[in-house]
Amino acid sequence: MATQSGASDFTSNLGKIYGIYTGGFFVFVVLLAILEQIGLPDRIIGYLFVFFTLAVYAIIGIVSRTMQVSEYYVAGRRVPAFYNGMATGADWMSAASFIGMAGTLYALGYDGLGYVLGWTGGYVLVAVLVAPYLRKFGAYTVPDFLSARYGGNLARLLGVIVLLSCSFTYVVAQIVGTGLIASRFIGMDFQVAVYVGLAGILVCSMLGGMRAVTWTQVAQYIVLIVAYLLPVVILSAQKFGLPIPELTYGQVLEQIAAREQEMVQLGLATAAALKPHVEPFINLSAVNYFALIFCLMVGTASLPHVLMRYFTTPNVREARKSVAWSLLFIFILYFTAPAYAAFAKLEVYTTVIGQPLAGLSASEGLDWVFKWGAIGLVKICGVDAASAQAVIDACGKVADHPGLITLADLRLDNDAIVIATPEIAGLPYVVSGLVAAGGLAAALSTADGLLLAIANALSHDIYYKMLDPNAPTSRRLIVARILLVLVAVAGAYTASFRPADIVAMVAWAFSLAAGGLFPALVLGIWWKRTTSAGAVCGIAAGFGITLLYLVVSRYYPVFGVEWLGMTSLLNPVTGAPVVDVAAALAGDPATAYTTLASKVGWFNINNISSAIFGLPLGAIVMIVVSLLTPAPSREMQDFIDEVRRPRGEAMMKEKAA
Amino acid sequence: MSNDEVYWGKTKRLMIICLVIWAVFGFGIHLFARSLNQIVILGFPLGFYMAAQGSLIVFVALIFWFARRQDAIDRECGVAEAD
Repeated sequence: MATQSGASDFTSNLGKIYGIYTGGFFVFVVLLAILEQIGLPDRIIGYLFVFFTLAVYAIIGIVSRTMQVSEYYVAGRRVPAFYNGMATGADWMSAASFIGMAGTLYALGYDGLGYVLGWTGGYVLVAVLVAPYLRKFGAYTVPDFLSARYGGNLARLLGVIVLLSCSFTYVVAQIVGTGLIASRFIGMDFQVAVYVGLAGILVCSMLGGMRAVTWTQVAQYIVLIVAYLLPVVILSAQKFGLPIPELTYGQVLEQIAAREQEMVQLGLATAAALKPHVEPFINLSAVNYFALIFCLMVGTASLPHVLMRYFTTPNVREARKSVAWSLLFIFILYFTAPAYAAFAKLEVYTTVIGQPLAGLSASEGLDWVFKWGAIGLVKICGVDAASAQAVIDACGKVADHPGLITLADLRLDNDAIVIATPEIAGLPYVVSGLVAAGGLAAALSTADGLLLAIANALSHDIYYKMLDPNAPTSRRLIVARILLVLVAVAGAYTASFRPADIVAMVAWAFSLAAGGLFPALVLGIWWKRTTSAGAVCGIAAGFGITLLYLVVSRYYPVFGVEWLGMTSLLNPVTGAPVVDVAAALAGDPATAYTTLASKVGWFNINNISSAIFGLPLGAIVMIVVSLLTPAPSREMQDFIDEVRRPRGEAMMKEKAA
Repeated sequence: MSNDEVYWGKTKRLMIICLVIWAVFGFGIHLFARSLNQIVILGFPLGFYMAAQGSLIVFVALIFWFARRQDAIDRECGVAEAD
C-alpha cells in the first residue's frame, strides 16, 4: 500500500477486503459462542472481544502508515463515497449514540426523538450547503477554508478556537466512554481502561493520520452496527417471530400504552407522574423540542470532525454521494434506537414494576436488575439494586411503601438500556461481549476523528500556516504526530478524573459549532458580499453569545438572573416556573447556585439549545458588518465562483515536497 | 446570462427545494404530532412514527435525490467533473 499503484489496487479490492473482514468477524463471534458453551468464563470472552478487535484496528493503523502530507491529512483523496459513508457513520456515532441514546428515548419517550431527528436531518444541510464546496476548495481543515475565504489568519485563528472548544470536551467524553465500557463489561479498572483506550486511539491515528483513521473507521462501523442490531433483532424474533424490530415495536408501543393505563389503575404509578411514552411535548416544551432539533441539525453541518471526512473523497460528485451514504449508515442505527427503548420499557413495566418485594429473591428474569444494579445502573427505592435483600431493606424504610415496586421507586441509568438488553432477552454472554466491542468501536472511532481534527488544526493551521510556513514536509509530519500524542494524553488525563459534566458538554458542542461556524461557512459560499470584517465579527458574536449563555446559565446562574435578566425555565406541562428564583436568591448563596444551575435562561430555552440565540445573532452581525464594509475584491469573487464550480482541480495546492 | 449564472441559478433553486423539504419533515409535520398520533398504523401512532422513522427515511432519500439532481445540473451546464 505504500506505492501509488499499490494504493489503487487497495481501493479496487475494498469490497473483497472488507467482505473477508466481516466474514472473519462473524466466524470469530460464532467461535466465541461455541467456546462459551464448552465453559469458557465470561470474563475471558469479554477480554478476547476487546483485545481481538483492538488488535485488528491496530493492524489496519500500522499497515496504513504514511509519510505523505496529503495522505496524512486527507487520505490522499481516494476514499470512495460508499466507504467514506461508513467511515463517517463510525466517526459520527459516539459512545453516547451507541450506549446512551436508547436510554434517553426510554426516559423521554416522544420528546427524546428530538435527538434522533436532530442528529440525522443535519446531513441534508451538510450535503446541500457545505460539504461539496469545501471539497472543491480542497481544504485540509475547516479553518483552512475560513482563512482562504476571509483572507488572513484572524479568521483562521477564530476558526481554530471554535474547533478546539467544541472538539476537546467531545474527545474527553469518548475516552470516558471507553473507560466505562471496559470497566462495566469486563471489570477492568476505570483508570487502566482509560489508558488502554488511549493506546487504542493512538495506534489507529498516529502513524497514518486520516488514511489510517478512515480504514479503521470502516472496520469499526461494521463491528458497531452488527453489535447494535443483533440483540434487538433476536429479541424481536423471540417475541413476534419477525426479526425486524423497527416494524414490530409498533405492537410493543400499544402494549406499553395499555400497561401505562393499568399501572395507574393498580396504583403503581400516579397519573401525574406517569409520562405516556408516545405523548409529545411533556418532557420538553414544543419550543425547546424544535430548538433542540434545530441546534443539533445546524451543529452537525458545522462540526469540523464531520466536515473533514468529506475532504477525503476523490471529487465533488463523490463528496455529495458520500453524504447520502453516511446518512444511510447512520439511519440504520438511529431508527433502531427507539425499538430498543420500547422493548426495554415494556419489559421493565411488566416484570419489574408491580413486582412484590416479598417474592423478589425467588422471581425469575430479574437477574439483569441485580447484575447492573450492583454497579449503579439500576436504583430502586434510592439505593443501587445490588440484590433482592438490598431492595427490600431500602423500600422498607420508605414511609407507606405498598410492598410492590412502583414506578416512582425505579431509577434506570440511561446507559442501562443497551447494556442490559442481551440479558433481558436471555441471550448468552457472547452477545454482551459483542455489545461491549461495539460500544468500544463507537467510542474509539469518534475519538479518532475528533483527535485528528484537533491535532490537525494545531499542526496545520497554527504551526504550519501561522508559525512556520517554510517548514519542510518531514518536520510538519513530525510536529503533527507530536501534537496528536499530546492532545490524546491531555484528553486521557482529563478523562481519568471522570468529570461529571462531560456528557452534557458533548451536547454543547453542537450549539458552539452552530453558533460559531455555520454562518461563516454558509454565507462564505452562498453570499459573495460577505466580507472579512463581517465574518470575523459574526463568528465572534455568534460564538460569544452561545458560549456566554451556556456558561452563565450552567455555572453562574445567580449572575445570569441578577445581571442578564434570566428567569426560571418553565414546566412543559403546567407552564409553572421550575424553580422559585426569588426564594433561591434570598437564601444561602451556595445553595442558590445548585438550585438554579441549568434551570434559568432567556425565553424558557434550555442551555443545550443556546445556538438558538448565537446563530441568528452571528448571521445578522455578519450581514450588517459586511454591508457596511467595502465589497470583497474581484479576485475574491472569482475565488467564490471557482469554489462553486465542481469542474477543475482542488484549489488549495500542496507545494511540492 | 453567462453559463456560470445559469448554473448557479439552477443550483440555488435545487438548494431551496431541498431546504423546504428538509424544513417540512424536520419541523413542519412534527408541529401536528398530537393530531397525527390519533392515526395508528401497525401499532405506531403516526406522529411518533414520523419522528422516529418517517422523516429519517425522507432525509436519506432526499440526499440521494439531491446528489443525482445536482449532478444532472452539473452535466447540463458543462461544469461536471470528468468521470
